[in-house]
This record gives sequence, structure tokens and C-alpha cells, in this order.
Amino acid sequence: MTELGLIAAVSIITAGLTVAIGAIGPALGEGRVAATALSAIAQQPDAASMLSRTLFVSLAMIESTAIYCFVVAMILLFGNPFWNAALQSAAATG
Amino acid sequence: MQLTPDALIYFKIGDIAFNATIVNTWLIMALMTGLSVLATRQLRPDVPPNRWRTLLEVIVQGINAQIREIASGPTTHILYFAGTLFLFILVSNLLTVVPGFHTPTASLSTTTALAATVLVAVPMFGISRRGLLTYLKSYAQPTPIMLPLNILGEISRGISLAIRLYGNIMSGAVIVAILLSIAPFFFPVLMNMLGLLTGVVQAYIFAVLATVYIASACPRESDK
Repeated sequence: MTELGLIAAVSIITAGLTVAIGAIGPALGEGRVAATALSAIAQQPDAASMLSRTLFVSLAMIESTAIYCFVVAMILLFGNPFWNAALQSAAATG
Repeated sequence: MQLTPDALIYFKIGDIAFNATIVNTWLIMALMTGLSVLATRQLRPDVPPNRWRTLLEVIVQGINAQIREIASGPTTHILYFAGTLFLFILVSNLLTVVPGFHTPTASLSTTTALAATVLVAVPMFGISRRGLLTYLKSYAQPTPIMLPLNILGEISRGISLAIRLYGNIMSGAVIVAILLSIAPFFFPVLMNMLGLLTGVVQAYIFAVLATVYIASACPRESDK
């Protein structure tokens, strides 16, 4: 396989794997957070507004890791520095 | 496939190129300042408030109540800072429904600038409320071995603030762009609605996190 093809293939596979594996952890964590928040609201319904607010803040914090993985995947696909450099060298030689 | 509004140049004056981020930020600033000036034109106790002034008062009092729940001590300056952050990010995220508007928070430059202001504001509040030596000593709590870890923690807080906001807003825009080329009319509209909700939540998160960081740098009631 040419060098250009190798860079493209590895970038695409890595981008897919990054998002796939990176979304597992935050999803599991958010499920636990939601379950605990629901049981807490069921125990104390008049604290529901404070619990909802804390729930949203915690969800956003946990979501951050998944967002980092998404940003890395986007960079690999659309802003890949090695791809641009390889394209330039292939255009120069070929 | 346009990842950031930084690449969209509207016009050039001489050597300086004005891209979509700058122009849209100015638009938001003009909109917010203009509306506030219009609503607070006759700010005297004997003039009964009209509905726009009441709306502004409701918003400001709501933000003040939220901040007072998180921070102890005088909260006026925290309200100025965190309230401005919240309103700017909220307006810029909500205006995505306007066609032709590229929200400036979808660019890493804007979010990094906002996170940098928070990173500067936290030591400023801490030093002004606690004194320089006490604030610097707080980095070495509980043991001096924690000093590099505490500094690293501060830096990573700022980076995570910037990337969280950028990633959430940019991913919404990118997903809508991808879906427009694949799915019929209905799905991009749904994703746009989800993007609006995400934008509001992320504005709230940014402001609340800024308040929490500032509150952790200020003296607590138990310290006195």
C-alpha cells in the first residue's frame, strides 16, 4: 500500500475506534448519575429543583470526555496534518 | 466541510481579514448592548417599569440567586463576570436559528478567550479577597508536594472549559451539516433543536463552573 493510502486508512480506522470506545465510559457514567438522581428525587421531592440543577451540571462534566474523543476524531478526519503533508510531497514527486 | 467560522472571511481592510467569528461577535455585542440601552432608558424610581425592564430584572435576579447559592460573601462582582459570560454564550448559541449566522462559540478562538478570562479572574478574585500570600499558600495545601499538581489542575480546568464549549457547539453544527446531505427535511430540524438545548445547557455550565472556581478561590465563611 502506498504511504498516502496507509495514512488515510489508519486515520479513518482510528477515528472510528476513538469515538466508538470513547463513548462507552461516559454513557455508563451518565446512566449511573441519572439513576441516582431519580432515586434521590423520589426520596425528597421538594429538593427536586436543586437536584435537577446538580444533575445537569454533572451530566455536562461527564460528557466532556466524550466530546474530547469527538474532537480528536474530527481532527483526524478533517484537519489531519500528516495527510496534508503527505499530499504535498506526493504532488511534488508524482 | 467547515469546522470553524474562523475560515470564513467576510471582508478585508488592508491587511487585516475580518472573519465570521469577529463579525458575529460584534453583532452579538451590538444586539445585547442596544437592547439593554433601549430597555433601561428611563431608570428612575418614580417611572413604573415596562415589560422589557421587568424581563431584564427577572433575568438578573435569577442569575444573582443562582450565584448566591454557590458563593458565600459579597457576590456583586461575581454577578458581573459570570452573568456576562452566561448571557453572551446564551445569546450566541440561541442565535443559531437565524440563517446565515455562524455562532462565534463554534470557534476554538472564542472559547479559549473566554476560558482565559476565567483563568485570569480566579486569581484576581482570590488575591483581592484573601491577600496575595494567603492565596499563593493555598496552592501548597495540604502539603507542598501538591504544588505542581495544583498548578496543573488549574491549567487543565481552563483547557477543559474551552474544549467543552467548543466541542459541544461545533459537534452540533457538524452533525446538522452531515445530516443535511443524507437525510430528508425532518432530521436536521430535530438535530438543530437538540443543538439549541445543548447551547443553553452549555452556557449555564460555563457560568456555573466559573462561579464555582471563583468561589473556591475566595475565603469561605468557616475561614473567618
